[in-house]
Amino acid sequence: MITLHYPFTETAVRALRAGDAVRVSGRICTGRDRLHKHLAEGGECPVDLRDGALFHCGPVVVPQTSDGRGGWRVVAAGPTTSIREEPYMARVIERSGVRVVIGKGGMGAATREACVKFGCVYLQAVGGAAALIAQQVTRVEQVHFLEAFGATEALWELEVEGLEAVVGIDAGGRSLYDEVRDASAERLRHLLE
Amino acid sequence: MDWTDILAELIRRTTSDLPADAEAALCRAANVETPGSQAALILGALTENMVLARRQSTPLCQDTGTLTFFWEVPPGTDTAVLEQAARAAVEQATRNGWLRRNTIDTLTGRSVDSNVAEGCPVCHFEQREEGGGRKGGEIEVWLLQKGGGSENMSRQFSLPDESVGAGRDLEGVRRCLLQAVWEAQGFGCAPGVLGVCIGADRAEGFLTAKRQLLRPLDDAAPDPELAALERRVLEEANALGIGPMGMGGTTTLLGVKIAARTRLPASYFVTVAYLCWACRRRGLRVSADGALHWRN
Repeated sequence: MITLHYPFTETAVRALRAGDAVRVSGRICTGRDRLHKHLAEGGECPVDLRDGALFHCGPVVVPQTSDGRGGWRVVAAGPTTSIREEPYMARVIERSGVRVVIGKGGMGAATREACVKFGCVYLQAVGGAAALIAQQVTRVEQVHFLEAFGATEALWELEVEGLEAVVGIDAGGRSLYDEVRDASAERLRHLLE
Repeated sequence: MDWTDILAELIRRTTSDLPADAEAALCRAANVETPGSQAALILGALTENMVLARRQSTPLCQDTGTLTFFWEVPPGTDTAVLEQAARAAVEQATRNGWLRRNTIDTLTGRSVDSNVAEGCPVCHFEQREEGGGRKGGEIEVWLLQKGGGSENMSRQFSLPDESVGAGRDLEGVRRCLLQAVWEAQGFGCAPGVLGVCIGADRAEGFLTAKRQLLRPLDDAAPDPELAALERRVLEEANALGIGPMGMGGTTTLLGVKIAARTRLPASYFVTVAYLCWACRRRGLRVSADGALHWRN
């Protein structure tokens, strides 16, 4: 098990290989459809994502107090399907300098190429394992775009401890998803002959 | 009898407590995969997550899904009261953190934080004297929570479909189903369940396909030909090697549930409702005297 801690260095990220099991600790930021579109279109980011992690996730959060001023608690926080961000991801990696993308289901060729070019890595968290991952969130630091995007689409700055994931796409350009897709296409062809 | 409280409890159970058949299927799958493989690790995490969610009454998955209530009620039942109770229960469950703020106004892009809007949650009512083990006077309600990642992988074929070499017969249906599983890869949170409708029009096709997802994983279609097709597609899909989350392995599907409906001479639809591993469905039967009987 490889340990990664924020801020993530280019050297540490480039050393990772597809299939490696990792544990991520430190600050990570959630972002999904609204945020990716916003950033890819040149929108401002209130958080510096350089050498940071972007987690494709819309958490279930509840306010600690009824007026919402006492902070938030994350009760469920699994990854969302990353492929929806494929039209934006490469540009977001280039512009923001994000080093680690965490999601599920894998991403396409443009993201893979951006990982190689800019020294980024795609990690697979377990899809739907929301209760388990919520346990690894130790603190909600801040929330941005809460009004504009709503709680699910907002950018949540989370402190995590030992978030477990597997390298799905490495900075050398190897994608486990591409390999599974191509091998399964071959098997499908045989079945349908 | 307070229907709002009863339905809020139905939501709590559905969102946090995976049905026994789905749990058994995931545990079986975890034992079949090669020890130490990605597939085995993922399935192990899923079972761990399942136990944790149940113990804490927290959502199994952060995408608490489209909430669809399927009702079967005695003729003459005031369904407006039940629908109102379902809406109030959704608001209550959202406040409790059992449901994510999961509703977006499509035009403004704003979050509808209560999760209640026109047609949301969805309620389907059928008025029937009795049947399927339900006695006269009893009300039965099933809740399905189906996440968006899996819904995005649902699809509809119109046969003949040359792109998959599918003609208007069960061999054509088989080809469509395997194609749909291949296209879904891990995007819909495999291992999944296919709810399938052959025939009907486009709209009824999707509804009927979704209804099949209420069937227990270990049952078989009453029609022997459909039952054989269910078994065959399940086996062949699991031979594709897509595996949990699309990271390889022998568990790509947990079940295939097919129903057939009549069709127009001009149409032959094959509709696939793809459900993720988080097979969140729970049922409840309420007797005329208010006694609750939890199903599955």
